[in-house]
Amino acid sequence: MQRRQASKTPNQPLQVHDKNQTDLSAWRKGGRIDPEKSVQNHQSPNNQKNDSQQDSLEQALSYFEKLQDRVSLKKNSVLQKHLTTVESIALQRGLPPEGIDVLLNVALSGKLADTVNTRLLKSLIPASVIPETSVVSSVSWLCVSKCSGNVQLLFLRWLITMFDFIDHKEQLHALYGFFFSFLQDEKMCPYVCHLLYLLTRKENVKPFRIRRLLDLQAKMGMQSHLQALLSLYKMFCPELVTITLPGKMKTYFKNSEGPWKAAINTIRQRNQQNSPLSQPLFLGTAQLQSRKRKWNTQLIIPASSTNKNNLKEDTEKKHVCLYSTNESLPVEQLQTFSQLLQNIHQLEFPSQMGSVLTNPLLLHYMNCIKDESVYLRLYYWMGQTLQEECTWYVADNNRHEEFKDFLENVYKAECFLQEGFSSCEEFLCKSLPLWDGFCCRSQILRLVSWIHPNSFSEMKSHLYDPLAQLFFTSSLYFKCSVLESLKELLQNWLNWHVIHLDSESDSQVHSLNTTLSGLVNVVAELIHFVGWISTAALRLENNSTFFLYFVLDFYETVCDMYLKYNLPLLIMPPPGVFYPALLSMDSVSLNQLCYIMYRYRTNLVAAKENELSKKKILQFKFSSQTYQEYNQYITAMVGCLWTSSAFQKDVHPQGLRMDDELLKKTTVQEFKNSFNIVYHPAMMGYALLFLQQAWPDDTTLNFSLIKGKKWNWYLEYLYAQGLNGLKVFIESSINRVSQSSHSKAGD
Amino acid sequence: ENTDPQRTAFLLRKQWTLYSVTPLYRFSDAHLRDYARLLSAVIAAEKQKGLAVEIGLELDIKVAISSLPDLRGSDRDNAAILVQLSSRSPASPKTSEEKLLWSGWFCSVSGDDFSENVPEDFTCLPLFLTNGAESYTSIVGSWFQKTFDCCFRRLAISPLNLSWMAAMWTGCKVDKAASAMELVFSVPRLPQPLDISYAIHPEDAKALWDTVQKTPGEITQEEVDIFMDCLYSHFHRHFKIHLSATKLVKVSTAIASAHCDGIIKFLQSQYLTGVLMLLTELAISQIQ
Repeated sequence: MQRRQASKTPNQPLQVHDKNQTDLSAWRKGGRIDPEKSVQNHQSPNNQKNDSQQDSLEQALSYFEKLQDRVSLKKNSVLQKHLTTVESIALQRGLPPEGIDVLLNVALSGKLADTVNTRLLKSLIPASVIPETSVVSSVSWLCVSKCSGNVQLLFLRWLITMFDFIDHKEQLHALYGFFFSFLQDEKMCPYVCHLLYLLTRKENVKPFRIRRLLDLQAKMGMQSHLQALLSLYKMFCPELVTITLPGKMKTYFKNSEGPWKAAINTIRQRNQQNSPLSQPLFLGTAQLQSRKRKWNTQLIIPASSTNKNNLKEDTEKKHVCLYSTNESLPVEQLQTFSQLLQNIHQLEFPSQMGSVLTNPLLLHYMNCIKDESVYLRLYYWMGQTLQEECTWYVADNNRHEEFKDFLENVYKAECFLQEGFSSCEEFLCKSLPLWDGFCCRSQILRLVSWIHPNSFSEMKSHLYDPLAQLFFTSSLYFKCSVLESLKELLQNWLNWHVIHLDSESDSQVHSLNTTLSGLVNVVAELIHFVGWISTAALRLENNSTFFLYFVLDFYETVCDMYLKYNLPLLIMPPPGVFYPALLSMDSVSLNQLCYIMYRYRTNLVAAKENELSKKKILQFKFSSQTYQEYNQYITAMVGCLWTSSAFQKDVHPQGLRMDDELLKKTTVQEFKNSFNIVYHPAMMGYALLFLQQAWPDDTTLNFSLIKGKKWNWYLEYLYAQGLNGLKVFIESSINRVSQSSHSKAGD
Repeated sequence: ENTDPQRTAFLLRKQWTLYSVTPLYRFSDAHLRDYARLLSAVIAAEKQKGLAVEIGLELDIKVAISSLPDLRGSDRDNAAILVQLSSRSPASPKTSEEKLLWSGWFCSVSGDDFSENVPEDFTCLPLFLTNGAESYTSIVGSWFQKTFDCCFRRLAISPLNLSWMAAMWTGCKVDKAASAMELVFSVPRLPQPLDISYAIHPEDAKALWDTVQKTPGEITQEEVDIFMDCLYSHFHRHFKIHLSATKLVKVSTAIASAHCDGIIKFLQSQYLTGVLMLLTELAISQIQ
């Protein structure tokens, strides 16, 4: 029999200060003096107190663990001291799992006198959980009868009271036969019955056990505890237990809570007062979270539990069974992905669908099962919860953090399912007009990215209008967050489109309920909306580089929609975005713009080729306006960066075209090339560094030296600096026929 | 209406707290007795703080779940479900009478537009009314929530809907000499709460309403607004207080009385289903 396993992670609700303490074997050795720790100990009196208590508990435990021979309490002051320590700490804070393990072994091994054993057992109050292995080893002590009958009884009562604190029960279930054999002991019988009552599963009900119970009943007379167990057996297997049992019975078992209940409650309250960080895991279910709370509060995501609406009992004539759940796996037992795979045909959703939200395995399952009622149950629950708990609906601000966590969970589940919940979408549509743009900001904005593509009028009134109002009146950071979220939204729509293209023949349960042209329109409206708010925001924020980054990031998705997402749509950025990027003071923005224009070109060329080759009859063609816009922009860009002719050649109505007369009035010399890759404010820093490297002796900073062969070197230098966008743009969009043309361009 | 007044008389003259309920999943009329046994075990377990209790035993608190087929607008509505908790005297269980502790009922009156769009697994009874200690509401409600995966929410009545009730109920005929119509207004943003009660003789109110309503049997928002504005201006003429700046919190008429917190008292059995129809509508709009 394995004696004890040292748990590697102490579940103590205490602050752990030094590394040694996490290693249990180290602290068990005791007498450790750690200078580092003694320095750290001066943090707070409370910590110090905890630490000194911790130290004395450690000493006591290691004393009990090493105990070899029988020691008398009266003569041994060390034992007295340690025993008192254990008792007082147990009552105050409860004992860690390792402590319970050590003390159980001592108390049941019979090394000490019964009075000591009793005191030890009475102080076995768990601070968090009781390890199953300790219980199993205790049962083995029980089998070898080292301890007295009274201690055995006390242990059984302890086990019944603490049943819910045992971390796992599988091995304990395997010992069912052992417990059953204890029934023959007349004194233990009532408690063993109670324990078996807690342990019994349907598969434990066997004819030989029923016979044994009936024998016992014949011997001892009608005992309430035996009847309890028999009636439970009868409930599981009515065909095996044929005797009639009296129906009326108030309580089967005497109050076996013993001396522990009050202490457990005290410690539980104490732990709940402490901050959630230091709070030990208590049974791991939601039931303890419900402090003082209205019963119909839905914010707590229910724990997954089997649907108990089975009406399994057979006390009536007919067998009432709502579902065919004979062999189904209870959701509580679903722990691993392989379990899910093995049981996928016999799995049942939990009684409250809301619990899937925090259970990835059930989310997987939900993804496989296309059952309308699953989504509907979740829809009702989530819709009601969001409305009831929304902090800016209900004037009750103290649940702000909980609501935030809830939204976070909803968002995570949406990411997991790669799909928005319609109840959440409805909630957003209803609540965005009332939102202050501050409360749960990042959660709300991220949830926005999972809204389905709806008709434009709906999107406009429910999403774009309220968002625009907040957008224009909020900080730069908020503006960036909105653009980020709208980019995610666009990408989610495009991903759906790609997935649905692949599975076109499938019956689409959650289809976008829009046709391709419908989707194209909705996407186009989103892009126009972003173009509009970006133009305005760039002016409001003085062309902030930071914001421009988010705008261009959005267009990085837009420019590739045709090739990357197979959507027949390309929309150029508005001039209010294009020109600020082109004339930006920052090389990052300019480089980004170059990359975007290169991708536009690639997409447009591919579209043109498809159109010309007419492999398929194309439902959609890009309008000539898109090509025209692209050409105007590319003329302006090449004119600026390369040929120094933007002021003459830019034909865009909002472009850079200016009369020479006007330009001369600026008294800027050489105005023509002031935006080429040498003189452009975003590039001049590179040109300067290049000059310093190429002509280290020249201090005049003569930028006109960069021409001809040097122009090419300069380009190589720029590419080496990581301006890849510029590289792909120049290589694709600028026709470098011969060496002479560069030298000309360099003039 | 087709309700037998005898069978619903016990619903009258009691204060009911209103809730909206999302459709019940896998609820079946055929298992009401089983549900009652399960629920009574849950209540017993709750009272004994978690000790195991066998289902089906005779316990201190008796749970009865029954159907109230009279309470519906049409055949397409689900029959209302009544839950009653009563206590047995432990001294002499056979002889002594049972005392009703708590009752609650689920109903749907002309909610068929909603229920028709819901799959078969779901039972639509969107309105839930309770009378009795909140602790029992909590146990019963939690059990329904867990067992049928539904959500309960308190159903508040907005001032706008209260004014609709005021207008609708003013127009109803009552046989006996009716009690006064009373409107209670609360003045917002005061350090001490201040309520203004405005009582009108029912015949005066009816006369006013008859001049406002254009088509009998039909009410428009505009008519409701005119009716309330007339009452407000009358009040202003006498007391120089603009009631339109306050909040309507309670409406009492001979038909029923309703409070904005979601509390209702039915007074006339002939108008019971009529009032329930309006409340069903409000409950549905809260869950959709």
